[in-house]
Amino acid sequence: MEASKVIHAIYTDDDVLMNAVKKVKAERHHIEEIYTPFPVHGLDKAMGLEPTRIAIAAFMYGCVGLTVAIVMMNFIMIEDWPQNIGGKPSFSYIENMPAFVPIMFELTVFFAAHLMVITFYLRSRMWPFKKAENPDPRTTDDHFLMEIAVNGNENELSELLKETGAVEINLIDKEH
Amino acid sequence: MYTFSSKLKSVAIGLMIIGAIGVAYGFFSSHKDFAQVEEMLASESHHGDGHGETANHHEAEADDSHAVDHAQGTEHAHDEVTHAVAPVHGEHAEVDEHTKHVNHVMHAMHNRPWSALYVAAFFFFMIALGVLAFYAVQYAAQAGWSPLLLRVMEGITAYMLPGALIVLGIAALSHYVGHNNIFVWMNPDMVDPSSEHYDKLVAGKKGWLNVGMFILRGLIFIGGWFLYRYFSRKFSIAQDKANDDKNFKKTFRISAAFLVFFLYTESMMSWDWIMSVDPHWFSTLFGWYVLAGMMVCGITVISMITIYLKSKGYLPRVNDSHIHDLAKFMFAFSIFWTYLWFSQFMLIWYSNIPEEVTYFVTRFQDYQLPFLGMVAMNFVFPLLVLMNSDYKRIPWFVIMAGIVILCGHYIDIFNMIMPATVGDQWSIGIPEIFSMLFFAGLFIFIVFTALTKAPLTPERNPFLKESEHFHY
Repeated sequence: MEASKVIHAIYTDDDVLMNAVKKVKAERHHIEEIYTPFPVHGLDKAMGLEPTRIAIAAFMYGCVGLTVAIVMMNFIMIEDWPQNIGGKPSFSYIENMPAFVPIMFELTVFFAAHLMVITFYLRSRMWPFKKAENPDPRTTDDHFLMEIAVNGNENELSELLKETGAVEINLIDKEH
Repeated sequence: MYTFSSKLKSVAIGLMIIGAIGVAYGFFSSHKDFAQVEEMLASESHHGDGHGETANHHEAEADDSHAVDHAQGTEHAHDEVTHAVAPVHGEHAEVDEHTKHVNHVMHAMHNRPWSALYVAAFFFFMIALGVLAFYAVQYAAQAGWSPLLLRVMEGITAYMLPGALIVLGIAALSHYVGHNNIFVWMNPDMVDPSSEHYDKLVAGKKGWLNVGMFILRGLIFIGGWFLYRYFSRKFSIAQDKANDDKNFKKTFRISAAFLVFFLYTESMMSWDWIMSVDPHWFSTLFGWYVLAGMMVCGITVISMITIYLKSKGYLPRVNDSHIHDLAKFMFAFSIFWTYLWFSQFMLIWYSNIPEEVTYFVTRFQDYQLPFLGMVAMNFVFPLLVLMNSDYKRIPWFVIMAGIVILCGHYIDIFNMIMPATVGDQWSIGIPEIFSMLFFAGLFIFIVFTALTKAPLTPERNPFLKESEHFHY
């Protein structure tokens, strides 16, 4: 449920932010988003975010790369035109395999790395002409911003956030 | 303080006794004389009339000369048994050929218990030396995660000195007591131009490969390693009681110096103690390759002993993340080992220069299962098992992976030594298994005795606090 009104609480210290997150979570408020200028270690755990599955995706992409390499070289070097090149045995794939290993390795890494990066871009919706979603330019420099949905409890929320050490609390109407 | 549980102690002593009995049996049963070997070969060839077939089957893709040699040998054995000794046989060449073959097999059989003992001794020594190098790296890199494990490493490195002396001792005894059963170049006939065993290639290397220098070099290597181990241990214990970090700084300095010394001596040690079993063959990255195997085994043993001690409640401050880090090292060094193994293999396979490639030809033909099985055990298995981050924190998972890695690296050493000494007469039977049991017992006994000598946590290590809060 997308709330139409949100509170932006701004912090200037990551430790304060971490404590604030824990407190807000303890009070069972839903944190929509947090904007930070740099990775804050442990923030994902404090927010209760699910662990990323990108490593699993990368493993599968690597398997795809390995398969591509094997199928490609088996077709080209063994099946399509098995020439005698410098006496290398091209009778079967396994016989000439050591010569193919460097390519098998590189293609595995290539597929795993590139497809993982592309997956990351897609999942985090990043592309060259994307409009920046930054609510406050200071969050790219030295401020931390916590966005919390408001469901008619703004006063109570403001009190709570003030207690946690927020330096600024803004009520934002999301429906521009 | 750790106390050596009496149960473990009796296990260790039991292993040593059983192992010693097996080793002794291996030596007694290998003393077959010419006639016995001849008979054995003859009876082998009698099995089924399709003797040619069996020989072919055994030697599936044996290298030509050997296959011919063997086939002829058995064939002649077949003939010769009926003719017994026939000096006026007419075909002297055949008799010579036959005698040569029987002698060859007989020597291989005599070599087997020596080689089995040597492989096992080297395997356990290499664990201790690998741990010593890893330990020096921890100090030189000022690692913050590992100080809680330093005492475990010190315990393991206690085996380095006796282990290394045993390896060198077996090598020397094989010359003085045995009949140069491990290193053929130790045979003085090989460098004597008037002898029928004269070998020009080996003679060309006698400046490096001679028994006196071999032992002297070995003692220098061992001496240097021992001095580092002695002083780092001494400073480490002194640091517990000190009120400044002077001892730590001293260890830092000697660790850096030791690592330089170690990399040179480890490389030369691997030429001397392993590569020289094939004195015609050489490889430039051999020292690194041995080093990689050493490090994997060392780190694996560190994690196994750490998990064991933690399960007994002796290392309360060691947490999941330490195990995770060790498992990462096991994983990464397994891949590093594979990288070097493959680099060595692929370069030689690719260029296929006869003088180098025989090394892999014999391994690939006579040792196909261990040769390829070890790649599965040392690479594929750890790669798939230890890739997942969560699994690296599960103790039994790490132990399981560790057992496979250790077995795989035993086979690695086996593959380095055996083809040169016993050739196609290899097997993993009583001499091999009981040698392993004997040294396993000795290793456990020495390591766990050393662990009782000092508190298991190095108090006042400057990085101790960081290590306690280590969290990945």
